[in-house]
Amino acid sequence: MPHKVISLISVGRHPQSGRSRRADQDSRAVELGLKLAGTDLDVVHAGNSEEPVLRQYAGMGLPKVTVLEQTESADALPALSSYLKAQQADIVLTGVRAESGESSGMMPYLLSEQLGWPIVARVADIVEIKDGEAQVLLALPRGQRRQVTVKLPFIASVDNAAQAARQSAFGPGLRAKMATQSGSTEDDSVRVNWSEAPAKARPKRLKVVKAKTAADRFKAATAKPQGGSGKVMKNETAQEKAQAIFDLLIEEKVIR
Amino acid sequence: MSDIIRRDPRAEWIMRNRLHPLHDQYMSQEEGGEVRGPSGLIRKFPHKVGFIGPNGIKRIDRLKGNSSAPKGKRSAAAQEVQLPLHKVENPDYYIMVVPDMVGGRLTGHDKDILGLAHKLIAEQGGNGAVVAVCFGEVKEEHFDTAGVDRVLHIEGEVFEGYAPEARVQALAKVEAQYTVKHWLFPDSIHGGCDLASRLAARLGERPATQAWQVNAEQTVSRGASASLDITRKTPKILMLLEECADAIDETRHEATPMTLDEVSVSAATIKDKGLMAVDPNAIPMAEAEFILSAGNGIHNWDQFHEAAKVLGATEGASRVAVDDGFMPRSRQVGATGTWVTARVYVAVGISGAIQHMQGIGQVDKVVAINTDAGCDMVKRAALSVIGDSEEILAELMKLAAEHKQTSLSDQAEENSNAA
Repeated sequence: MPHKVISLISVGRHPQSGRSRRADQDSRAVELGLKLAGTDLDVVHAGNSEEPVLRQYAGMGLPKVTVLEQTESADALPALSSYLKAQQADIVLTGVRAESGESSGMMPYLLSEQLGWPIVARVADIVEIKDGEAQVLLALPRGQRRQVTVKLPFIASVDNAAQAARQSAFGPGLRAKMATQSGSTEDDSVRVNWSEAPAKARPKRLKVVKAKTAADRFKAATAKPQGGSGKVMKNETAQEKAQAIFDLLIEEKVIR
Repeated sequence: MSDIIRRDPRAEWIMRNRLHPLHDQYMSQEEGGEVRGPSGLIRKFPHKVGFIGPNGIKRIDRLKGNSSAPKGKRSAAAQEVQLPLHKVENPDYYIMVVPDMVGGRLTGHDKDILGLAHKLIAEQGGNGAVVAVCFGEVKEEHFDTAGVDRVLHIEGEVFEGYAPEARVQALAKVEAQYTVKHWLFPDSIHGGCDLASRLAARLGERPATQAWQVNAEQTVSRGASASLDITRKTPKILMLLEECADAIDETRHEATPMTLDEVSVSAATIKDKGLMAVDPNAIPMAEAEFILSAGNGIHNWDQFHEAAKVLGATEGASRVAVDDGFMPRSRQVGATGTWVTARVYVAVGISGAIQHMQGIGQVDKVVAINTDAGCDMVKRAALSVIGDSEEILAELMKLAAEHKQTSLSDQAEENSNAA
């Protein structure tokens, strides 16, 4: 039986020009969904159905995009959670953080709490689904991967390490159907009290010298960086030298 | 007391007369205090300034004892400065910091957040304590100087490894048991962000993510992929960016252990199957952990590639090796190539041009294998081996192969024991 896979998409923001675009992680979530479910993938957006960016997602080979029609200030959570419950999804894919709005990355967690499904964060790949369990690869820092298994249904947030999204085709994107449903009308009441401004550059941390006397300050200003050369091995045999290097590698745990 | 300074002619007379029986007593009285002349000015007695040094020469200490240099050659070992102890007794509230503890130790990011926690307590007032909540293996020995008043180490097999579900249940229990004013997490990819989001969803709190300017009333956080500054009231749960505050460096803290009641953890729906073996050359070089880098001193390239494979290292190269066509351009380390952040960097036959040294500026441990003992790479390296690289790489590969064999047989033994 094929599994019901739903990818949640949002409007992205180009990091340099600031123009709206396919969000990077969300389009990777669509790519992963296409890999798992093919064109049966259900792609859902909560927001304005007239948004041209949705056509960019549809251009990845989607026959239709489901839009939960709501205003920009409305809270997307109730609409999405009731939609997911009604659709009996098996796997829900999202990005880690949206590129517009608050971009707190809380949406998958809130959905998981409301639906009572597990959430796996920062997924690099979903390897296989068998007997109601999915084998998932998580992206860790420094390019490492961790393998976990999760029971269906679950929510996964897709990391930048997942496969990059395919190119979007303009024509098929235009021809795709926008299946509109009514979304939530509740406004996000907390966010109204916030003030938003374009981001200021963060000040660089200065190296403050806390010296009490002139002599100490002078020393701090003129001192060369510490670390005269470490251990030097010259006259040992090649075997001893190699052993010394190997011990260091073991000590630093780069060789397991 | 009147302000008029009065002379004591008798005392002056005794001090002038070295044969007077009370002369020594008066002189020693005089030594500590300052001497005032008849007009009230402070007078210096030049013969009394300074002291006689160990070689019999008179020395004058014009730093007034402030010099950081150790006094006298005998006590060469620098005395560790004992910082003042910051004590919190019976705290009214707690600020919980959940550090990443990468490799069991506090990271720089964690220390900044501990500093911020103390800043919040200072602004809010009241008797608050900063608690570090740690899971799994803890190797950190300097909780006290990092600003940790209490340590809550949650131990148990269910919390080891990748167990975000069990951990968030424990944190929810902490919230129920103690009066917690704030939860501070590092907004990092080491799991801090994941845990914080889970806890926020569990407690129904709206967190501030990517926060970078926090005080008791207001929080400024980044939004919309770091293009927006959102100002809001400081919430209960905060995920903080790096350098959000200064780390503690002037006080010592108690770091007394705290206890948590038994946590009943429900069965995990996410099962950890352990780390995967990753092809080291598929990892982007900028974030690789262990790099074996080749330069002009390599002649046997097949052996070099073989060594990288056996050791499980990502390959790197100096500019010369790339220009000569032995390595692809994408593998170049240095100013023109990639700036690496590896923990261990083994430079084989690289003498260390300044452009290359810039590229490895963030590396923790450099190991140099070179025939020239005077080159710059040897000066930078923590361990340098002078000799022929081919011979040493061959020995190294032999050792790695042996190590793999023994660890495999150990595992097999363990498995058979378990069965």
